[in-house]
Amino acid sequence: MGVLVVAESPKGQLKKAAFEAVHYAYLSAKNLGGEVIALVIGESSDAGQLGTYGANKVVRVDYNGGFDSGVMCSIITQVAEHVGAHSVILNHSSTGKSVASRVAVRLDAGLVSQVNSVPTKDGDAILVSKPVFSGKAIAHCKIEGPKRVLTLMGNALPPAEVGSTCPVELVSVDVPTSNVEVIEQKTVEGVVPLPEAELVVSAGRGMKDPGNWSIIEELANTIGATTACSRPVADTGWRPHHEHVGQTGVAIRPNLYIAAGISGAIQHLAGVNSSKCIVVINKDPEAPFFKAADYGVCADLFDVVPKLTEAFRKAQGA
Amino acid sequence: MKLLVCISKTPDTTAKIAFTDGATKFDEAGVQFILNPYDEWYALVRALELKEQHGGTVTVINVGGSANDAVIRKALAIGADDAVRIDTVAASSSVVASNIASYAGENNYDIVFTGKETIDYNGSEVGGMIAEHMGLPYISYASHLDHDGSKATVTRDIEGGVEVVSVTGPFVLSAAKGLAEQRIPNMRGIMMAKRKPLEVVKAKETESAVSVVSYSLPEEKQGVKMIDPDNMDELVRLLKEEAKVL
Ligand SMILES: Cc1cc2nc3c(=O)[nH]c(=O)nc-3n(C[C@H](O)[C@H](O)[C@H](O)COP(=O)(O)OP(=O)(O)OC[C@H]3O[C@@H](n4cnc5c(N)ncnc54)[C@H](O)[C@@H]3O)c2cc1C
Ligand SMILES: Nc1ncnc2c1ncn2[C@@H]1O[C@H](COP(=O)(O)O)[C@@H](O)[C@H]1O
Repeated sequence: MGVLVVAESPKGQLKKAAFEAVHYAYLSAKNLGGEVIALVIGESSDAGQLGTYGANKVVRVDYNGGFDSGVMCSIITQVAEHVGAHSVILNHSSTGKSVASRVAVRLDAGLVSQVNSVPTKDGDAILVSKPVFSGKAIAHCKIEGPKRVLTLMGNALPPAEVGSTCPVELVSVDVPTSNVEVIEQKTVEGVVPLPEAELVVSAGRGMKDPGNWSIIEELANTIGATTACSRPVADTGWRPHHEHVGQTGVAIRPNLYIAAGISGAIQHLAGVNSSKCIVVINKDPEAPFFKAADYGVCADLFDVVPKLTEAFRKAQGA
Repeated sequence: MKLLVCISKTPDTTAKIAFTDGATKFDEAGVQFILNPYDEWYALVRALELKEQHGGTVTVINVGGSANDAVIRKALAIGADDAVRIDTVAASSSVVASNIASYAGENNYDIVFTGKETIDYNGSEVGGMIAEHMGLPYISYASHLDHDGSKATVTRDIEGGVEVVSVTGPFVLSAAKGLAEQRIPNMRGIMMAKRKPLEVVKAKETESAVSVVSYSLPEEKQGVKMIDPDNMDELVRLLKEEAKVL
């Protein structure tokens, strides 16, 4: 019996999300017992490195078809039974979320999604917490029964190296037929997707015009940040929808969130308030966002943003 | 087409979040409830558009008590033909999903719509569970959906972009931003909604493995430190040395 963790490797590449999940599984197994088995679905030349983050073993399944939650669920549950998993852990990502609820039903396991703490034992049950009400509160949950499925919130617990590379075993499973066909994928290359980003630079209606965004992009590029925006900015087509953060957009938790020309409406804050550090640039001293900020700059953003970019460049050069 | 839209009730986005009974229960005092935005703005409206295009029916379904009837009527006012309420406490996503799946399983829907997530519990759990109970494909986070009557083409949000998929036969879909444009109910819709059927169905007994033991509020911010706009070097230094985020 042990913890099975699904290590996402999009295009054969293990990313930080996978290291986070594996390390979380390692910490969970310490409390719940058993080994840590990491599952890699598809190609991966370096799956053994998951041992560094706490996996005792990697199971790899060769599957190169497109994403179908039903197929993924079938693969994961077959492996879970093969290794005798008492817990299955996935990332709270588009992929992880789409699959976890199916896996929970098929394994007859309790599901808590978006967990942000390491589970502890409470008799035969386990306790684990998750943010609710868009980060405005934390729910402390109890899961009864012998099996459970958890999805781990991004950037909640940093991965740490605890061991060395581990063996990789190729396991074959039955792949069911699928009614879903992936026609194409369009992803932005070279940019960290918002939910995974550690640094985010965001801007709102205070930008006045979509043509003014170059100063935001320049700031973001200088520190390697991902860009985001407030809802009205996405709704009016100034910026793409996937940049919209907040209660009805993407919820993020970066280490640093820089917001320029955003007033800080409650629905905006709901998606960003668990960021570790918030910097607000706004010319209105009464802007509600200042109350939720760690650092504030009260001035015209068209003046301050380029100066901040310059200051970052100077610090990098030093 | 026969379409089913799962709708849930959530506190208004500006609601004050507080708890009672020794921090074990959400304090509903003075809280305004709304239809979950993903269900109302995107799932329901896209279902109505498909009905307008292909003919058929749009049924909305909710798992909960009679206090939910007001938001159910709102969905009818926006344009759903009829409503079903499965009468039980929506104690967890598994209770909600297994009840909806049993009802939907008897009624041969072409598409079962859910929202991407509820904005209170932010679970994103119910849609996938319904799909698994029914043995149907689950197309999550759809921002675009076309249906020619037999085959659907869906654009779904994935990390850092989108994926276009096609699916044949019935399926469960979760609706994300972009799937449709919000519709405001008009007077006629509101009047008609009063006369549309709202069937109350007995729930099946379901055990839930998951429960909330207590709630807590996140730590408050320490208070903002204002920085001189002419001294951005200082801000960079603080981010490095004090906040340690660079
Ligand atoms: C149900 C619901 C859900 C919602 N969900 C979301 C959501 O998910 N995300 C979201 O963002 N919003 C959401 N909203 C909208 C939200 O209520 C606000 O309307 C929105 O966040 C405001 O966007 P903004 O801050 O860009 O614009 P504004 O509120 O117009 O603020 C612009 C700010 O820029 C400042 N400014 C102007 N010029 C300058 C300058 N030259 N230099 C510096 N500062 C300047 C102004 O002082 C002002 O504070 C939602 C609303 C509802 C009702
Ligand atoms: N009590 C409920 N009754 C009907 N549908 C629900 C209920 N709760 C959640 N849903 C549906 O499931 C979706 C996802 O909810 P959740 O898994 O709670 O994030 C919602 O957007 C609704 O479409």
